[in-house]
Amino acid sequence: MSFLDRLFHWFTTSANWTGSSGIPAQFWHSLALSLATVGVALVLGGGLGVVLGHSGRGGLVAVNAANAFRAVPSLALLTLLAIQPAISLKWNGFLAAWIALTALAIPPILTNTYVGMREVDADVRDAARAMGLTGGQVLGRVEAPLALPFVMAGVRTAAIEVVATSTLAAYVGYSDLGTYVISGLDTQNTVLAAAGALLVGVMAALVALGLGIPLRLLTPAALRRDARVTTLQGRAGLA
Amino acid sequence: MLLAGAPFFQWSYVTSQWSQIQADLVQHVELSLIAVGIGTVLSIPLGVLAWRRRWLRAPVFGLASGLYIIPSLALFALLGGVTGYVPPRSWVTAEVALVGYTLLILIWNTVAGLHAIPQDAREAATALGYSGRARLMRVELPLALPYIFAGLRVATSTVIGLVTVTALIGLGGLGQLITYGFNISYNTPIIVGLVLSIALAAVADLLLVGAQRLVVPWSRASRRARAAAR
Repeated sequence: MSFLDRLFHWFTTSANWTGSSGIPAQFWHSLALSLATVGVALVLGGGLGVVLGHSGRGGLVAVNAANAFRAVPSLALLTLLAIQPAISLKWNGFLAAWIALTALAIPPILTNTYVGMREVDADVRDAARAMGLTGGQVLGRVEAPLALPFVMAGVRTAAIEVVATSTLAAYVGYSDLGTYVISGLDTQNTVLAAAGALLVGVMAALVALGLGIPLRLLTPAALRRDARVTTLQGRAGLA
Repeated sequence: MLLAGAPFFQWSYVTSQWSQIQADLVQHVELSLIAVGIGTVLSIPLGVLAWRRRWLRAPVFGLASGLYIIPSLALFALLGGVTGYVPPRSWVTAEVALVGYTLLILIWNTVAGLHAIPQDAREAATALGYSGRARLMRVELPLALPYIFAGLRVATSTVIGLVTVTALIGLGGLGQLITYGFNISYNTPIIVGLVLSIALAAVADLLLVGAQRLVVPWSRASRRARAAAR
């Protein structure tokens, strides 16, 4: 049987679609880890970005620190957390992966949120003030909506990075789609490795496309070019 | 060799294993340099082509974005089926994938840089008798250099980070220290790999900034160029 035949055979074997290490289960494990990670990173990074962007103080320090953090290799962070006895085996390896991935996801979201908040035209802010809006109202009704496309761009960048890195989580013991790839590499099983790689690729493409749609919808036409620029932002931390 | 009760970081490891650490560092630099070098050689002509022939932009960027989105481990695994999972053949696997990741960043920035050239400058060059290739080589590409350098900086730091993942196909440079530390539950090699990898990225970035100042003295990476690069 040729390689492609064997690959096809793997995908059509019903045993690979059932049970706790079947494709649907592993897909869900990858998705759950990614969602939990991006969710927490959005609250922490987005929240900090909004606060810093609104006040305009300390933002550059935070953004530079976030950018510097992107140089940390994800594999190092994952393995280091995974061997700390207090974390290592919690929730079948979920905890270690969750913390490491969240740390990686915060910088792009924080940076983009901050930039989005600072990109709001000072005249617009002043006009809102002049109309009698309070600080909180300016934030909620003017700054946040205008910054939203940037935030979404940051979320998309972070999500792509997180999905990529979630495959590495399999190396440190969390069972997800990456597990196929890791065990395929370990056992020189090219079919298994390629099958896992395809599944991971499909998931990454789905996330990239899926998050691209709200990004476009939320972006006013005049801002679309800028938003495209920001989606490229911060890919340095990719796994 | 599980080191229960060992301190978080042990200097004695660094001093005793220094030659191994050095060898890993050298491999890391080699893997990164080859990837960024080949990526640059491919990306600049592709960027010029995509800039000149509008219809080429969609396929070029589509392909580069597609490559970019595939997680590195998956790309290593897919390519490895063809080019091999174990050294020395996995060198090809690693380099093809790493070059793939530089393409989007570098092509994007080449196009952005060429796009940003003021129309006046191009017209002035034409008025001075430049055309075609000469105008490209002596006017347009030099004017795009700040953007290209900005792209090189992002691509270099990306590649230096990704090289660690090639440890899973038997290479890895500093990634070898990381997997070694993980396999025996020993913090120190992981921290050494992490710190040296960050340091390497920082040094490479400084070198690129220095090179840019030498090559493009008239423009110190304007804010706009850098913003577009990211």
